[in-house]
Amino acid sequence: MKILVCISNVPDTTSKINFVDENRAFDSQGVTYIINPNDEFGLTRAIWLQQKEGAAVTVATVGDASCEAILRKCLAIGADSAVRIDALPQDGFYVATQLAAYAEKEAFDLIITGRESIDYNGGMVGGMLAAFLNTPYLANCVSLEKQGDMVHLQREIDGGIEVSRATLPLVIGAQKGLVEEKDLIIPNMRGIMLARQKPLEVLTPVDTAPSSAVHSFEKPPTKGPVKLVDATDIDQLIDLLQNEANVL
Amino acid sequence: MPVLVYIETQGEEIKKSSLELASYGRAIADAKNTPLIAVSFGLKDGSTLSEYGVNKHYSVTLEEDLNFNAERFSSSLVEIASQEEADLILVSASANGRYLGPIAAAKFKAGYFSNVIGLPLSYDPIQVKRSCFTNKAFSQSVSNKEKNILSLSSNSFGIHTKTAEMNEVVIPITPASSALEVLSIEKSLDQVTIADADIVVSGGRGLKGPENWHLIEDLATVLGAATACSKPVSDLGWRPHSEHVGQTGKPVASNLYIAIGVSGAIQHLAGINSSKVKVVINSDPEAPFFKAADYGVVGDAFEVVPELISKLKALKEA
Repeated sequence: MKILVCISNVPDTTSKINFVDENRAFDSQGVTYIINPNDEFGLTRAIWLQQKEGAAVTVATVGDASCEAILRKCLAIGADSAVRIDALPQDGFYVATQLAAYAEKEAFDLIITGRESIDYNGGMVGGMLAAFLNTPYLANCVSLEKQGDMVHLQREIDGGIEVSRATLPLVIGAQKGLVEEKDLIIPNMRGIMLARQKPLEVLTPVDTAPSSAVHSFEKPPTKGPVKLVDATDIDQLIDLLQNEANVL
Repeated sequence: MPVLVYIETQGEEIKKSSLELASYGRAIADAKNTPLIAVSFGLKDGSTLSEYGVNKHYSVTLEEDLNFNAERFSSSLVEIASQEEADLILVSASANGRYLGPIAAAKFKAGYFSNVIGLPLSYDPIQVKRSCFTNKAFSQSVSNKEKNILSLSSNSFGIHTKTAEMNEVVIPITPASSALEVLSIEKSLDQVTIADADIVVSGGRGLKGPENWHLIEDLATVLGAATACSKPVSDLGWRPHSEHVGQTGKPVASNLYIAIGVSGAIQHLAGINSSKVKVVINSDPEAPFFKAADYGVVGDAFEVVPELISKLKALKEA
């Protein structure tokens, strides 16, 4: 079984979000980059399949050389090989096109993307990649169990769970639930040493244009101070919600 | 060129988020001076769509055992859009809307924009404002494509009625096989979902244990609200993951968000930032949530919440 886990290099969840270049670009100064959390849940699930079924796990990202730190981390976590497609990830369509061009040649049985990246929140790479490869896609995947040639799946839907099954190949959008937070693998020294020996291949991107461009960024307007209500005066809270905020 | 909206149903009813989407579609169709076309799947009676400005309704009938299938629904949607020469498809930010949107965009050779807030800033080319960095920022994004699919953030436009003359077309779903087969849906129909809720009541570690969640549930019941929780609460297994809101959980864009015993970690605040009015009840006046909230009560949740519940109940009965 061959598994591809698509990785996005994103600012740490506690990062301060600021913009430079007349609000046209994200200010990466002082920002720590991490494996996109949704991708990391997917990577952990892939490592379990590697341990149980002997699956070969490849991680891939679209990005410049600065992304290699998180690819090495993926290798330290347990991935067998890494691929970096050497281009700036201009938008979700561009990334999906690059990943599809690579995956087409490799015949993966399972491709795991994160539900969305926590920076641009496009939530489109998995679905587009699946459509480009003419493969089914399962979004918001919270359970995947392999049984012979079949995978049993669960998708989180509004107010419940949808249970399905599919034959491989398949693309999924991983999120928390596929594995738990406590299941995430922290690389040990041996893993980090081994990662140095593992292949990290750099590929030339295919020629394509992004489907969109960011004109500018802005931050939400700063909010006024909180209006405090005395704990013994709940009537005032109800009155404010009813008559000032008009939400009751 | 016409605008097409993907209408979702819950049971026999049109989902509230789809009525918002139809209202949004009408406003765009007016700006573009073009008809608004709605496409629904398995909806028996779509006549109310005319009250939201829909000019033509394609009611796609399904095979008996077919529920939502992203591949097949997106194919039908794109087929109808192509036939009608539409250049804009609108989907809501529901689980199914977000699922089907990117697949449809790939098939339609269209640009795709999620988390869109408000009407497009321009139509030629399409330029939209959307939230990013989990609501910590917005971007103005411009499409390079002639055709586009927009996914509208919930509660960002509102429901507006505008009656139109509407034609109804009933067509069967295009026969196709899919390697992905839905076996069952486990869903409680009487429960308000976070995605569709006007009000969300959320609990954090300050509630001390799952045995105290009746406070959250009772308050949610009296308000007709959905229940949610913070990340530590779901990590501790006090509540299911589906209730976790925040950066790695669900985004919340309700009209009112009430946080009880939630300290307000940056990841949590990001996830709920699109909510219009935020209320915090916390015994710790230093909790970061007070900086993000509109209204705050410094007090013991175990005293404040029961009183709030009983006063709201009395108000409801009055």
